[in-house]
Amino acid sequence: MNFVGRINKSSAGQLMNMVGKRSFGSVSNSYTLPPLPYDFGALEPVISGDIMKLHYEKHHQAYVNNLNIALDKYAACEAAKNIAGCIALQPAIKFNGGGHVNHSIFWTNLAPKNAKGGVAPTGPLADAINQQYGSLEKFIEKFNTKTAAIQGSGWGWLGYCNESKRLLIHTCANQDPLTDFTPLLGIDVWEHAYYLQSKNARPEYLKNIWQVVNWSNVAERYDQARKKL
Amino acid sequence: MSFVLPELPYPKDGLAPHISEETLDFHYGAHHKTYVTNLNNLVKGTENEHKTIEEIIKTTTGPVFNNAAQCWNHTFYWHSLSPNGGGDADGALRDAIIKNWGSFESFKAEFSKAATGQFGSGWAWLVLKKDGTLAITTTSNAATPITTDDKPLLTCDVWEHAYYIDYRNARAKYIDAFWEVVNWKFANENLAK
Repeated sequence: MNFVGRINKSSAGQLMNMVGKRSFGSVSNSYTLPPLPYDFGALEPVISGDIMKLHYEKHHQAYVNNLNIALDKYAACEAAKNIAGCIALQPAIKFNGGGHVNHSIFWTNLAPKNAKGGVAPTGPLADAINQQYGSLEKFIEKFNTKTAAIQGSGWGWLGYCNESKRLLIHTCANQDPLTDFTPLLGIDVWEHAYYLQSKNARPEYLKNIWQVVNWSNVAERYDQARKKL
Repeated sequence: MSFVLPELPYPKDGLAPHISEETLDFHYGAHHKTYVTNLNNLVKGTENEHKTIEEIIKTTTGPVFNNAAQCWNHTFYWHSLSPNGGGDADGALRDAIIKNWGSFESFKAEFSKAATGQFGSGWAWLVLKKDGTLAITTTSNAATPITTDDKPLLTCDVWEHAYYIDYRNARAKYIDAFWEVVNWKFANENLAK
């Protein structure tokens, strides 16, 4: 899995390979946390440093750890030709693998306000949003309505459909990754993403988060997605 | 007929330090209250307005079901806890637990594992099956055993809002705290019904 993100720690951008390393051919899986492109407090006051630190160091790390454990067990079941064992592990791989995939994208979808966070998109992505939704504001309203309505835990996604060559808004439950479409922008609405600041006011979190969305990153993903055949 | 937020069976600080007053302020005062408000808004002027909450849960889906079931689940949850709770199971329930799991410790370990391992939002339940055996089940989001033949005896809420204020991401620590306030009297009452 390659997550390519542009990091603007100083005036110079840096392309960094945000791949969790995996040692092929060995028994032990070793996906790792990708580096966070900014300090924990960099998204304040929109997302607090406390939330960012917990979200990254505890929640995302747990998905990574448990993914590695599940994959090791899966490899052992495969080696032993234990198909039932493999199947029994699939929910854990989906949950923890999805958690790792989703959060790895999420960190790159956000940026501090002084590093283009919240700056409206331009170019082909902006054109597509305006053409399909009428305006950025109307897109955000539609996205937020759908995402706020997710029952329990899940994610709201802006995705790209390679078949129809259109953007779409899609929601996924729990940590199910977006697989039918290319993920461009994900917003986490698990309670852990906002509880310390907003408690049960999920709509308030969704209203505010757009101030730190990194549309540059979303546009890059859009460009990459459109190149795929 | 309007649904009302039922009274909490104890003061908001009654479960402290295991479950804090602040948690109950939000969990009861905001989350549960919102489910009640939403339910009333959704049933007003519809055929569901005069049904009991159990009838609504058994006959609807979607937002009406979600809010009704969460109302019911939360009320059942508050009663599953008590300031005088904790310790080992007693009475007929204890006998049934030992019959099903061999020991109270085995049951406790299995319930904790189920509660901790539930992916995403949901609930862990101790239920009485139709065949008279006990079982540990989990449900996702608002789902509830009362839509099945299972009779719920106890529940533990594992939505993140149930434990995030007190335990952050450490759901396992919250489950440890659950055992300190679990209301065996309520479970025995449910078993005897």
